[in-house]
Amino acid sequence: MHSAILAIVTLNPEKVVEGGSAPVFYASDHAEQERVSTVLSEILLGMVHDLENGVYLIVRH
Amino acid sequence: MRELAAILAGTLAGSIARLIMLRSDYRQYPSFPHGYVIHMSLGVIAAFIGAVALPALLARRYDAATFLAIAAQQFREIRNMERRSLEAMEETELVRRGSAYIEGISRVFEARNYLAMTVALAASSISLLPFSHSVHLGMAVGLAAAFLMNKFIYWRSVGDLAVVRPAKINFDGPTMEVEGIVISNVGGEKTRELLKKRALAVIIEPKDDNASATLANIGQRQAIAHDAAAVLGVTKDVGDPEFTPLVRRNIETGRVALVITAVEPDMESLLAAVRRVPIIENVVRKPLDTKAGRKASD
Repeated sequence: MHSAILAIVTLNPEKVVEGGSAPVFYASDHAEQERVSTVLSEILLGMVHDLENGVYLIVRH
Repeated sequence: MRELAAILAGTLAGSIARLIMLRSDYRQYPSFPHGYVIHMSLGVIAAFIGAVALPALLARRYDAATFLAIAAQQFREIRNMERRSLEAMEETELVRRGSAYIEGISRVFEARNYLAMTVALAASSISLLPFSHSVHLGMAVGLAAAFLMNKFIYWRSVGDLAVVRPAKINFDGPTMEVEGIVISNVGGEKTRELLKKRALAVIIEPKDDNASATLANIGQRQAIAHDAAAVLGVTKDVGDPEFTPLVRRNIETGRVALVITAVEPDMESLLAAVRRVPIIENVVRKPLDTKAGRKASD
């Protein structure tokens, strides 16, 4: 039970405060966000979660 | 001469008892020949200890009887052995057994040696009786005891405690739900499409408050996920946490939902597999056996 946010993929830069513990990736549209999240989850062995405000998280459970 | 025959009969009956209990194990464990060898050799030793106990006492070899008691103590080590090896394997399992299930399995393996010992003791004691066919009778009683123990000492299963039925998976945005039970948040449209297409869901409805309290245990739920995945296979690899079978609970009704992306998406098989998942002894809760629990439930 040690979940950790590995990366953040966002469409809205203003929704994510810089300087957090995880790297932030900006995506210009929804398709890019989907693609980047999928690739990141494969690389980091994490799971993609959707905050429903244009922010995706890659989380390791 | 009679003593020797009694010891042999007891050892044989005890070993056969251990063999029957080994074969009746369906949880795909131990599924390897070396595991059989380990458990059979320990079983034979246990049977020998049980068989020799009474003849040693009758021969007034109290020192031997004491040694046997000490030897019997060694069988406690079996539980540790099983626990250690299963824990070491956990890292390599796509769907973990969970510590409660491991504890339950270890206890069973320890207990089975004591059962083999008991059968051997019964068989050798009767074989010592002074009449002509006592050895035959001893063997018969030993084997009957083995079959009876095998029949009556068993794990209750999820099917005994709960009704297991098919259910539908719904997505509310990224939130995956089964009949109002939130399973997880799934980002990524492709993953959601895959889950919609492939995932199966069942609802496990506890029959009473006792069952509800037992199924609430996280270890019991992990055991359900593990066994379902072991029987049906799971479409998952190291980097796919989104396809991990999940078992979540409705905190109001106590109903439990399982979602799994099985290799064989066959609902009937899944229902059968879930119903047969053993209830882990250590997690059984019986609030209804207490006055306060009964009062709280009405």
